[in-house]
Amino acid sequence: MAPILTATDLSRHYEIPRGSFRNPATLKALRGATFTLEPGKTLAIVGESGCGKSTLARLVTLIEEPTSGDLIIDNDNVKLADAATRRKIQRKVQIIFQDPYGSLNPRQKIGRALEEPLLVNTEQSRKKRQHAAFAMLEQVGLQPEHYDRYPHMFSGGQRQRIAVARALMLHPEILVLDEPVSALDVSIQAQILNLLADLQDEYNLAYLFISHDLSVVHHIADEVMVMYLGSPVEYTSRDELFSHPRHPYTRALLSATPVADPFRTKERIMLRGELPSPINPPTGCAFHPRCPEVMDICRSSSPELLDIGPCRIACHAVTG
Amino acid sequence: MNEATVSVESRQSGRIALLREFWSYFSENRGAVIGLFFFIGIIIIAVFADFIAPHAPNQQFRDALLQPPFWQDGGQLRFPLGTDAVGRDMLSRLIFGARYSLFIGCVVVSLSLVLGIFLGLLAGFFGGKIDMAIMRLMDVVLAFPSLLLALVLVALLGPSLINAMIAIAIVQQPHYVRLTRAAVMGEMSRDYVTAARVIGVRTLRLMFITILPNCMAPLIVQAARSFSSAILDAAALGFLGMGAQPPTPEWGTMLAEAREFILRAWWVVTLPGVAILTTVLAVNLMGDGLRDALDPKLKRS
Repeated sequence: MAPILTATDLSRHYEIPRGSFRNPATLKALRGATFTLEPGKTLAIVGESGCGKSTLARLVTLIEEPTSGDLIIDNDNVKLADAATRRKIQRKVQIIFQDPYGSLNPRQKIGRALEEPLLVNTEQSRKKRQHAAFAMLEQVGLQPEHYDRYPHMFSGGQRQRIAVARALMLHPEILVLDEPVSALDVSIQAQILNLLADLQDEYNLAYLFISHDLSVVHHIADEVMVMYLGSPVEYTSRDELFSHPRHPYTRALLSATPVADPFRTKERIMLRGELPSPINPPTGCAFHPRCPEVMDICRSSSPELLDIGPCRIACHAVTG
Repeated sequence: MNEATVSVESRQSGRIALLREFWSYFSENRGAVIGLFFFIGIIIIAVFADFIAPHAPNQQFRDALLQPPFWQDGGQLRFPLGTDAVGRDMLSRLIFGARYSLFIGCVVVSLSLVLGIFLGLLAGFFGGKIDMAIMRLMDVVLAFPSLLLALVLVALLGPSLINAMIAIAIVQQPHYVRLTRAAVMGEMSRDYVTAARVIGVRTLRLMFITILPNCMAPLIVQAARSFSSAILDAAALGFLGMGAQPPTPEWGTMLAEAREFILRAWWVVTLPGVAILTTVLAVNLMGDGLRDALDPKLKRS
């Protein structure tokens, strides 16, 4: 199937001012992300905090411009788009945030929040908007009487449902989920994940699912991209990643995931040291100061993301 | 049909519940409640001045110059609070003066609020050079003592009540700019603003409909408190001869006219002063209560 989103070598740098008499430092939040997203599929982005996951989300939702690289959404290149095309693209990509308490306007009733996307983007009549809002409330498992309530009257899980409903009002094709369940109770997490899965089937949505929770990723993803310090290190299908992790960083991440089996002994790969600063990344492979399989070449040259077997991996130690 | 009735009911109960919650916080502060009732009393007096006042404010009784209040020797019930040097009834002038004070407060607050919110919103929303320009301009205004700056402005515009109000509004408006800017910058980083952008909400709607209503609580409190300082400043300008001009029964102007009788006839000077004092005190107490009730940081829940 033709991809709905293609990102090629996507990068985002930030200028950090360092006072009047020094040149600003460059923070490379995202370096060379390349991936595709197909309708009805879920691509999970995994990594520890500071690896560029949220920057990627901001680029894909057009909140920020990429510094370099191409982003093609539904055959339109974002970089070359004029204002009207940008608005058209923007309608196709919506986002759901981690914090359900901050993502809803506290002074806006739920009904108005749901109708706002239609109000500012379409010429629909009031009645039609209201009808659509009621239909969407039902779709995400809320009651019609919630239409006239304020966000502070809802629980975290309900708010996340409202956020999902608002994002779907414009019938987008891509939904960016920026850690959508990590602020919720485990029991509520399952409900929201099931809701998301149902909606994906119904609307053939493409999900860009950002998470640091590998068990959630295992549950929902079709493909997984592991990121370290702004660049992808492993990009493969879910089953391949969880059965045969190849990159040393992926293996360390997987070994850190708790498994509910007290008799299972497993080797825990401990990573030493901290995540390096993206302002001053290590030479060569960014992971080399913490890598258990470090070689001489890792210190001098940065590995490319190469097709190795069924996956794409950036590591000198992994060959075939 | 069911849907409609449900929504109407919940809308009303939601608003009533909000008001009730507000009142429960507000009424905990006894001073604030006293201030509120005093202030409502002043509003009633100002509105019905024509019916309450025993005489016209500028009517001169040549047979009763500098009459003391009725409880003193030589006083009479015809003039309950005495008369001034040209025989005008003090009580009537004070009652009509309430109108001027409230008028000054309302005009000054609305002028400076509208202008301050607009500039603060611009500065906080766009940041960068616009923010820099607006805030440095506000710093210049803040650098002068407020009454002095108001005096200079009135001297430039010419002494009259309207010009005094404009001058006071200009002097007060940096406070609103700063408050609005700080609140807007705090809201800008919240996710719901980003979500609104992604949905496609355009800049103007984002500024005035999404962000502004969430910044109003500190502004309402500031408005209540600067209401009293507007009355005070206007009285000060009136006293210095730069505000309302005689024979307007404005409290500050009345004070200025009566200055020479301070030893001979205490009531001509003291009563307008007491009127200013109690009004300002009532509004300030009310403002404190408003702050306690509206500021989420002081709320216990």
